Amino acid sequence: MFDIVFWVLAVVTVIAALAVVLLRDVFRAALCLVFLFLTVAGVYITLHADFLAVVQILVYVGAISVVIIVGIMLTREMWHGSSSGKLRIPALVVGLLLLGTLVFTAITTQWYTSDVPPLEPTTAAIGVRLFGEGGFLLPVEVTAVLILAAVLGAIVLIREK
Amino acid sequence: MTLLEQFQLWLATMWPEWAAYVTPAIVGVVIVIAFALCMVIVFIYFERRLLGRFQIRLGPNRLGPEGIFQPIATAVKVLLKEDIVPAKGDKWLHWLAPLVVFVPVLMIFAVVPFWEGAIFIDLNVGIVYVVAISSVSAVGIYMAGWASNNKYALISALRMVAQVVSYELPVILSILGVVLMVGSLSMSQIVAAQTIPFILLQPLGFIIFFLGAVAEMNRSPFDLLEADSEIVAGFHTEYSGMKFAMFYLGEYCHALAYSCIIATLFLGGWRGPLLPPFLWLLIKVVAVFFVIVWIRATLPRLRVDQLMSFAWKCLLPMAVINLFVVAAEVLWLPESLPWIMVVVNFAFAGALILLWSKLFTLGGGRVEV
Repeated sequence: MFDIVFWVLAVVTVIAALAVVLLRDVFRAALCLVFLFLTVAGVYITLHADFLAVVQILVYVGAISVVIIVGIMLTREMWHGSSSGKLRIPALVVGLLLLGTLVFTAITTQWYTSDVPPLEPTTAAIGVRLFGEGGFLLPVEVTAVLILAAVLGAIVLIREK
Repeated sequence: MTLLEQFQLWLATMWPEWAAYVTPAIVGVVIVIAFALCMVIVFIYFERRLLGRFQIRLGPNRLGPEGIFQPIATAVKVLLKEDIVPAKGDKWLHWLAPLVVFVPVLMIFAVVPFWEGAIFIDLNVGIVYVVAISSVSAVGIYMAGWASNNKYALISALRMVAQVVSYELPVILSILGVVLMVGSLSMSQIVAAQTIPFILLQPLGFIIFFLGAVAEMNRSPFDLLEADSEIVAGFHTEYSGMKFAMFYLGEYCHALAYSCIIATLFLGGWRGPLLPPFLWLLIKVVAVFFVIVWIRATLPRLRVDQLMSFAWKCLLPMAVINLFVVAAEVLWLPESLPWIMVVVNFAFAGALILLWSKLFTLGGGRVEV
């Protein structure tokens, strides 16, 4: 059952990812990216990570995708689609190198799988792991401060004199 | 264990496994969608008659006794209209947008508890699921605005983004107050924890959530994205026929869904004396919707800058303070004396609202907050 769901999701995810790169229409490409986020959330659900799936939808589909779309709206000449510039060949080389590295790593790494049945309510476990004894309280707080600084920096940059 | 899971176990004793797995799901979906659509038709009639009363006119009262068949006639009329697609618009997205708006709203009903065990699926991340799913329909509105190839539609879509992103923060912060008290994200546990409805324990949280929810469902006085006097009809200017009907239904479904969520989070859900639980939920939902219509009939529409400053300068700081106070009370106040909390929180909410209304009064030469 989960196998079928996984393969359907995997195929759809890869098609959506290809569409993001290959579509000429930037707006449609952005929507394909949103769809990709949704299918990745579906993969999380098949892995019993329900909290992660919901947060994925909330953050990526609800917030980040909207920011991306607004960013596209502010781009000039978006009617022409993504034009091919002078950096075509270097971009191809860098892209191929990155792909090669990723494929190599994915193939050579030993992936450990656990036999332990998944935790049923994952939310409490995640909370304890993050904020409990010996958890990651300081890194979480530092990340929050970092993001706040970035937001403030952006506001200062665009502020009218 | 929910009723549907029991149904599934019972079926599994005589049917093959896949049939026992699929059948309860289909039954549940049909029941939930039937409930949503029937209630939406009732709501449309209810709102039109209520608005008539509020505005001292009759409202639709001709078709059938007291005009109860008017929504059906309206639906038939809308379905018979020609479906027009702008020549230079994006046809695929134009077709897809109403679905992307409507489907997530229907999916909210999956976690609304109707009574003990009568919930489609009791997710243990229930309330976060509601927030996450309802943020998806923002993308649909954006698609509609873009695919219409119409400047008013696009302006409306951009306004919607600003509005939804701003009001999501106070809504989530006020939900956190409830979650702190319950200690769980599951909707059925939230109902189970309310021996005293949370509206009494957290009046400020309720007000913030209510206003934020009204803003998120884009109803008056926050309906800037379809402000007829400024941008025609907003994102659905170029829509007609069935597709327009989807937006229209989606709007009422959203109102219904958020009425259910407000009733569940703050009014005690299906809990109540004497009457059957389902009827209690229905009474609370209709009461919430009545207040929403009342606000629509009474208050004028906000300006764009007022809308944003209301979210960022009023609701957000109040929601943060509310969360702090609730956290402190959950930590230090004894659980055996909830009525102390009720009194303290009411006094506190009153003081904060008074303070903020003093800080943000317009007039006397002041035009923006």
